[in-house]
Amino acid sequence: MSASSPRTPVPVEDARIAPKPGLRRFHQARWDEPLIFELTSPGERGVGVPVTDLPVPALPAGLARAEAPRLPEMSQPHVLRHYMRLSQETLGVDLNVDVGQGTCTMKYSPKVNDSFVRDPRIASLHPLQDEGTVQGVLEILYRLEGLLKEISGMDRVSLQPASGSSAIYANVSMIRAYHASRGEGELRDEIITTQFSHPTNAAAPKTAGYRVITLMPDADGYPDIEALRAAVGPRTAALLITNPEDTGIFNPRIEEFVRLVHEVGGLCCYDQANANGILGITRARDAGFDLCHFNLHKTFSTPHMCGGPAAGASAVTSALEPFLPRPTIEFDGSRYYVDDDRPESIGKIRPFYGVVSNLVRAYAWIMALGAQGLRDVAETSVLNNNYLISKVLEIKGVSLPYARGRRRVEQARYSWEKLNADTGIHSEQIGYRVADFGTHYWTSHHPYLVPEPMTLEPTESYSQADLDEYARILAEVAREAYEEPETVRTAPHNGPIHSMRDASLEDPGTWAVTWRAYRRKLA
Amino acid sequence: MGHPYIPNSDPEIRKRMLAAVGAASVEEFYADIPDAIRLHRPLDLPAPLRSEAELVRHMDRLLSRNKPAELSFLGAGCYQHHLPAVVEEIANRSEFLTAYAGEPYEDHGRFQALWEYQSLMGELLELDVVNVPTYDGFQAAGTALRMAGRVTGRRRLLVVGPVDPDKVSKIVDFVRPDHDVEVLDGTHDGWQVADLVVGADVAAVYIEAPNYHGVLDAALPTLAERAHAVGALFVVGCNPISLGAVASPASYGADIVCGDIQPLGIPMSFGGGNAGFIATRDEERLVREFPSRLFGVVPTVVEGEYGFGDVFYDRTSFALREEGKEWVGTASALNGIMAGVYLALMGPRGMREIGETILALTAYARERLAAVPSVTVPNASSVSFADFVVRFTGSRTAAEINTLLLERGIQGGKVLSDTDALFCVTEVHAREDVDRLAAVLEEIAK
Repeated sequence: MSASSPRTPVPVEDARIAPKPGLRRFHQARWDEPLIFELTSPGERGVGVPVTDLPVPALPAGLARAEAPRLPEMSQPHVLRHYMRLSQETLGVDLNVDVGQGTCTMKYSPKVNDSFVRDPRIASLHPLQDEGTVQGVLEILYRLEGLLKEISGMDRVSLQPASGSSAIYANVSMIRAYHASRGEGELRDEIITTQFSHPTNAAAPKTAGYRVITLMPDADGYPDIEALRAAVGPRTAALLITNPEDTGIFNPRIEEFVRLVHEVGGLCCYDQANANGILGITRARDAGFDLCHFNLHKTFSTPHMCGGPAAGASAVTSALEPFLPRPTIEFDGSRYYVDDDRPESIGKIRPFYGVVSNLVRAYAWIMALGAQGLRDVAETSVLNNNYLISKVLEIKGVSLPYARGRRRVEQARYSWEKLNADTGIHSEQIGYRVADFGTHYWTSHHPYLVPEPMTLEPTESYSQADLDEYARILAEVAREAYEEPETVRTAPHNGPIHSMRDASLEDPGTWAVTWRAYRRKLA
Repeated sequence: MGHPYIPNSDPEIRKRMLAAVGAASVEEFYADIPDAIRLHRPLDLPAPLRSEAELVRHMDRLLSRNKPAELSFLGAGCYQHHLPAVVEEIANRSEFLTAYAGEPYEDHGRFQALWEYQSLMGELLELDVVNVPTYDGFQAAGTALRMAGRVTGRRRLLVVGPVDPDKVSKIVDFVRPDHDVEVLDGTHDGWQVADLVVGADVAAVYIEAPNYHGVLDAALPTLAERAHAVGALFVVGCNPISLGAVASPASYGADIVCGDIQPLGIPMSFGGGNAGFIATRDEERLVREFPSRLFGVVPTVVEGEYGFGDVFYDRTSFALREEGKEWVGTASALNGIMAGVYLALMGPRGMREIGETILALTAYARERLAAVPSVTVPNASSVSFADFVVRFTGSRTAAEINTLLLERGIQGGKVLSDTDALFCVTEVHAREDVDRLAAVLEEIAK
């Protein structure tokens, strides 16, 4: 419009921005991106490599590569663009109100902590460098052990396990070494766990050669103490138990559980995957446990990285210290050093010292919070959970089985049994539809003891407005299930792709784990 | 005032939330925790560094006491390589960094990137089945051997050395319930891999290419035949960055191939960068034994669109708890995505060139150091990749030599014994770096 044109007044309502609707009109990136092999353009390359005029030695017969690997040939911008698009088709925590991934403690991972591990003074360190050149990182590991000792009440902590499950296995190995050292290794061949503990509490002992006894919940959802009484005996090596369990219910008889196992000479091992709500409130040592482990990628904020690298920490009382994975990190008053001379150690769990980048992040996170901050983490996550429970239970078709009238700790396992009976819609289908509003949703581990389960864990990272939004999404999907079930049944609608036809994944004739397999079987 | 990481930690907000749920205080939520096990005092932790500036200053003080080596010859399971900028760019993408366990719909990109990692590794390894990465190369070897044990139903495992003693420690601890491990290492008694006889009770023969000392053993194909002759599986641990130039273990008969992908574009991070792979042929008897997740590609209801999901899920502990194969959980997915980006950038030519560069430089380094007085290089007649043993025959021990090297700005190899150290060169080294090492050794190796 030129300056000289007559001005027509714009009605205010044409300039005013209406408030946002209660539900986000979300659509995820949908790039319809080809497989990387379809992007090959012979002659292109993505990065140069130093070449040398030194002679290449002749390899022994049969050990020289005959045919070049059939990798794609792509220029650098094309590789970058492809993976940028894939990243946009991934819903990370930084983008969403991630309270739907229960048991996983999806919390904010502070960006500043990433800067420490990208620093070459961490990233470029070789683990076997002269100790005098790595005093800083050794001090971080030593200090992190000290922090976790206080948080758990235990006497020593190994930071070597690569994950929570890896830490559970390390703990089982230490349990075996402990009993073997007392001449009871053969006798004690049973490990007891509970149904609402993470599957690895059953799977790792089985892998380690133990007979696994699983305690089912009683009518109120607590692990059945009568079943424990019946299970313990001279063959009991240990109890592996989570508390609160994946239902968010704290087992108030935990001291009695520990006592019953100790009375028969067994050890008690605490899976602290669900520690987020009890930091600074109650500790493994105070409840009498001999071992415990933390998932540093859950409770201690290290990012989940599409499924790892994670980091685990195995903590033990002094009775089990000799069996810790080697090496340990020690301090002699002036310098930090690696102690690999530990004859009773179970040996190595992982190369070198653990997932050091995540150990550095976890250290920085604890240092930014301190004792009061950790307590705020716990209390806020519990407050958030109970607030969300009150919102969710207003929704038609959902219930919170077990321990009626009792509060939950940091998460809750709900059931859509009624909604399913009313509408035929399953919990998984609700999850696919929830993603249409820009967030995650998770059912539960198998088997589904709670029918049509949903597990929500709103950590300390979410505000009241965030929780209200999540509850509104669930309410809307439940409404759809009752009023327009086809919308739910055909979800997702706003995601990167549509419903998969995935029966082929179970058939050896059609499953394709690689492009090679696809070409051979299906192209 | 609330903490910056915790929106609802502000006292006023907290009051409002408590009122909304009808609770007098947060204590109500902890009613099930017996008083006897409550911690009735604050945790005894250092005062918090509540401002980002203070935290950075604290961490910088610690990091300033780390000195990445200017010139290092360390390898031994953790390798220095050039890290392409695009790999770092993708690894730092917030979506990949913070995603976890979403469904194949909203996390389509994560599934595709991991399936492509499996596929790119499949091309390199010439095998049709590759897992979503496990923790590290140690775990990969332990699981590969237990897979072989489950396939054959036999107890005995032969581990043909030299293998990193730390890896042997992990393997022994991991396979103990089902297997007896026999480690055969001819390093010191002149025994040769070609002499090995494989008994009919052997579940698997495990060997590495290159081995712990960097040697590519000429008897690898022969050993494959011997294992197969008695129905044992041939399990080979390999360094994937060698495979553009070195034959894939599958091509000379490996049934299960495993190793560590850290060399493929992943920072060393003081040993934090390791991640494991396991690969097999596409046979149901092998595939059913994987504990890890295996993603597969499938069509969607829209023509030309595809998605990804779990292959043969009912073998995992996620599906079956203790009845699954070993266990599955959070492992090393992002390292897999990084390795995939690396392989895509390198392409067939890049992988061949880097393999040849490292082979050539390793040969040069061995020859150059062998010419230094009071230094010998064992395994002289064999070809080595990256790692190689250096023996100091003078009066100074390998540890003493390392101290003197460090005083001259060089990080020496991993000390193996009084006389031996394991040195390593890769494409990040230039010929001049090797010459500098040789010149310093001429001065100090006495």
